[in-house]
Amino acid sequence: MSWFVKKRQQKIAVEERTVRVPEGLWIKCEACKELIYRAELQNTHNVCPKCGYHFRIGVEERLTSLMDEGYTTLFSDLQSTDPLHFVAMKAYKDQLKKLHDAGQDQDAVVVVEGTLGGHPVVLSVMNFDFLAASMGSVVGEKLKLGAERALATKSAYLIVSCSGGARMQEGTLSLMQMAKVSAALAKLDKAGIPYFSILTDPTTGGVSASFAMLGDLNVAEPKALIGFAGPRVIEQTIKQSLPEGFQRAEFLQAHGMVDKVVSRDQLKDFLKACLAWMMPERV
Amino acid sequence: MSDQPLDLAQLEKPILELEAQIRSMEMDPSQTKEREKLEKKLEKLRTEFSQNLTDWQRVLLARHPKRPYTLDYIERICDRFEEIHGDRRFGDDAAIVAGLGWIDGNPVMIIGQQKGRDTKQKILRNFGCPKPEGYRKALRLMKLAEKFQRPILCLIDTQGAYPGVDAEERGQAEAIARNLLEMAKLEVPVVAVVIGEGGSGGALALGVADRVMMMENANYSVISPEGCASILWKDSSQAPKAAEALKLTAPRLLDLGVIDSIVKEPLGGAHTDHDRAAALLKEAVVEAFGELAELSAEALVEERYQKFAKMGSVG
Repeated sequence: MSWFVKKRQQKIAVEERTVRVPEGLWIKCEACKELIYRAELQNTHNVCPKCGYHFRIGVEERLTSLMDEGYTTLFSDLQSTDPLHFVAMKAYKDQLKKLHDAGQDQDAVVVVEGTLGGHPVVLSVMNFDFLAASMGSVVGEKLKLGAERALATKSAYLIVSCSGGARMQEGTLSLMQMAKVSAALAKLDKAGIPYFSILTDPTTGGVSASFAMLGDLNVAEPKALIGFAGPRVIEQTIKQSLPEGFQRAEFLQAHGMVDKVVSRDQLKDFLKACLAWMMPERV
Repeated sequence: MSDQPLDLAQLEKPILELEAQIRSMEMDPSQTKEREKLEKKLEKLRTEFSQNLTDWQRVLLARHPKRPYTLDYIERICDRFEEIHGDRRFGDDAAIVAGLGWIDGNPVMIIGQQKGRDTKQKILRNFGCPKPEGYRKALRLMKLAEKFQRPILCLIDTQGAYPGVDAEERGQAEAIARNLLEMAKLEVPVVAVVIGEGGSGGALALGVADRVMMMENANYSVISPEGCASILWKDSSQAPKAAEALKLTAPRLLDLGVIDSIVKEPLGGAHTDHDRAAALLKEAVVEAFGELAELSAEALVEERYQKFAKMGSVG
């Protein structure tokens, strides 16, 4: 074999190379624009290690971050009936079918029961990936059933909110869910059962104007957008730009609406302590 | 005691000088004996200081810049404290701190006016003068405690409710009045302690309690001595006389039946030893809650009513 035979270098297709890198290994922080290693983000409950920005997280992650092991899902078979046969640019029925086919079969809220730090709880978590976690009949019904379940089992009730508001596709029936869920919370209040509202980014519209503001304690994640009218609507109405920090969790705390801004890694410990403070000692 | 009351700095001067002298000797073992002698002398000075205070000097002591404030007590008497903000109406008043506390593992709602130590803190805390949103936060959290059957501890320390345009716009008087009415109805034990200044309605708005106590050098009054002097003597420099006349110190108010008991302070005043002051406060509070725990909700409300119903003196 000659010393001087030039070996042909294997050609590596550029495309192939990029494909080998797992998608989304790095992620850009939406607040400080720093690149973060995705694995690192998993250790920090999806909070930017540089600036503390709280990335939105899915229902599963929320459930495992708050609940003790061994919880059960409730009322998972409820489905929207498209009562208004609503059609806009897309038919509501088609939207629902598409989501269902993609595995989103619980509408925009998941209700579970189990324990949190040893205390019996019913926990409802809204799912922003399902039509912006808008509240239609199914969401309202599940939240109401969750409250009734908490009442019957003398468990604390927790709702993790995020929502664009009431679901337009179900019209006034959606509006009525605000009253329905609030009425169920009134029963809990009367029975002396703790209800915690945990507000996450973004909680707006009819959801903010009903159960999300009614907690014995209203707890929010840092910088979460919380408000009745969305900032764009306000800007268009008053024809002024809004100040920095407007409608963020810290703004709401300063204005007396949010009782405490708690970061995600502290949330379970805080809730556990408050539950211990509120719930009767078990014999 | 001379006719002209000394100001506090002058009065404390020999004590502070002696303290400094003792500290300087601490590192030198050959001076142990001498130091012990001085320590005895220091204790004697402090005792004299405490016993010979005029009412006006006690007022100054309650305003001492190093006197422990609500949060100083909270961090010493609680195993854990989670502050809760806001009145769910308008704002969060930093002049009142409130939250879920645990004393020896027992859940207690703790609410108190908070003064600031340095300039920045003083401004943040509005010099311990609450606005309506502060009183409404307090009431909201008292109701929360009642819902979960938890006792309430109020620590009172304010010159008075904030006199300002914004406070009037939002109903300062209504907020104080509402607290008086609602506190009279609370079906859980309530203990209030005046830890520093008990300035009029702004203090009473946290003070309708089953047990009302005062720290030894605290005061509790319908008006500040300066305010009283400027109205009735037309001269605010007559404040020492007004302090005497108003009978605003703990021993005098105990005689008048306004308070139930006096909480001892460390020799020389609470500011000389925050830890000791907090320990004494905790002891008194725990004892009071122990006694009140025996009573039913109806008995609590009725006895609280009787307690305040008989306040006053008529001929």
